[in-house]
Amino acid sequence: MSSKEGSGGFRKRKHDNFPHGQRKDEKNNVNSSSSLMVSFKSFQLELDTRHDKYERLVKLSRDITIESKRTIFLLHRITSDPNGEEILNESEAKLEAVRQKIKQVAQELIGEDMYQFHRAISPGLQEYVEAVSFQYFIKTRSLISVKEINKQLIFTMEDEEEETNMPSSNPHDKQLYTWSLKVTPVDYLLGVADLTGELMRMCINSVGNGDIDTPFELSQFLRQIYDGFSYIGNTGPYEVSKKLYTLKQSLAKVENACYTLKVRGSEIPKHMLADVFSTKAEMIDREEGLS
Amino acid sequence: MSVSEMFITLQGVLTADQDIREEIRKVVQTLEQTAREILTLLQGVHQGAGFQDIPKKCQKAREHFGTVRTQLASLKTKFPADQYYRFHEHWRFVLQRLVFLAAFVVYLETETLVTREAVTEILGSMILIHIATLVFTLVEADRERGFHLDIEDYLSGILTLASELSRLAVNSVTAGDYSRPLRISTFINELDSGFRLLNLKNDSLRKRYDGLKYDVKKIEEVVYDLSIRGLNKEAASDAGGEK
Repeated sequence: MSSKEGSGGFRKRKHDNFPHGQRKDEKNNVNSSSSLMVSFKSFQLELDTRHDKYERLVKLSRDITIESKRTIFLLHRITSDPNGEEILNESEAKLEAVRQKIKQVAQELIGEDMYQFHRAISPGLQEYVEAVSFQYFIKTRSLISVKEINKQLIFTMEDEEEETNMPSSNPHDKQLYTWSLKVTPVDYLLGVADLTGELMRMCINSVGNGDIDTPFELSQFLRQIYDGFSYIGNTGPYEVSKKLYTLKQSLAKVENACYTLKVRGSEIPKHMLADVFSTKAEMIDREEGLS
Repeated sequence: MSVSEMFITLQGVLTADQDIREEIRKVVQTLEQTAREILTLLQGVHQGAGFQDIPKKCQKAREHFGTVRTQLASLKTKFPADQYYRFHEHWRFVLQRLVFLAAFVVYLETETLVTREAVTEILGSMILIHIATLVFTLVEADRERGFHLDIEDYLSGILTLASELSRLAVNSVTAGDYSRPLRISTFINELDSGFRLLNLKNDSLRKRYDGLKYDVKKIEEVVYDLSIRGLNKEAASDAGGEK
């Protein structure tokens, strides 16, 4: 570029400093075919592809969160509903729907480094862990392991999807592909930490319904989890240690409920006990709302 | 499996994770040291006398990149190849710095923008280019995996180059070289229009990119000062005379 052109072009640009659109057009005309521009066009494509994928995953994660939350609400009704079996079946159906969403996430992540998009999907997975472990607890009164959760997240591709989603693969090829999504230990821990909040709520609800045994079971179970988290202590990531405080509060509420139950249980007749605790539950809920 | 057993297993996983991170941190520290050495070396070009022996400085810097290559090779062995992004944060910064240094050397040598391929070559052949799977493939092996240069890190490094060059433009005028700022101006403007093509998200790269306009402005001011005094014509005729 000669110096004349250089300075002329420069002056023009200087004046055009504010109307950006104009400036952009002018420049693109100048050197849209240079090798630099060509490579930046490929960068554009690469970045867009990546961002689009990220956004799709965030959306899926949000869907997973919402459906998992609904499942948890449904499961809470089990304390007041005589038809426990029915609710469990319904929750299973809901969780299956959530797993279908997770399947889509897993599909997006085929061939990708999962950790690249981990931030997008982590909230959804935590909520899913919470829902699944809650259901598992109601069924078996024990804690679900990471392994068991991941076992349910192994998917097999069906033929119809093969045709719609994978135009490159041959539909006549009967080979079944499997792929899986693994919940990371940290996501699992955070999900379990949230579970304790649900268990606390369940404890208070069940006393409210005159169920005397569940609170004691729950407090024992919660204590085990609390011990576990104390064992991990501060070695885990920051989020885990943060949840430890909430966990402690939940445990204290349950332990206090058990205490009241033990001390005053003998004094108050059963049908009145329900009243005592339902006001207590209300108070706790209100506290939660405030905090 | 009892609850406490489960937590003991989890604790084991977390500790293993921490150990890996500790190892990575150690290697990254040595990398940072080498990067600082290269930077100190290249900073010499800003000094008046430094303009003469740019080729020599580049040569020396390239020798240092040999150390970088061995250090990166050792970094690569510290974590599982398919978990690059799990530990990405640890070396992200130093890698961006190294991209900048490589880009700076290449610019000083040829006055062109270093390509992503060339950076990976300078930093060591073990860095595989990360190719976006635009064509959907099911086989994981189709994609090159392992220690690669993330596109955002590459672009960040390039943006650092832009601000370094705006400084070089100022200093080359001080050293009496009036033609270099003009060439830098052309280069930065092209870079700027390249970045305009990208749809950046509101992330760190976007923030870095927002700084580019100040570099452009700075160089434009230098060129303006030169042209208003006719110094750029002098430079052009000088350059013509040399040829």
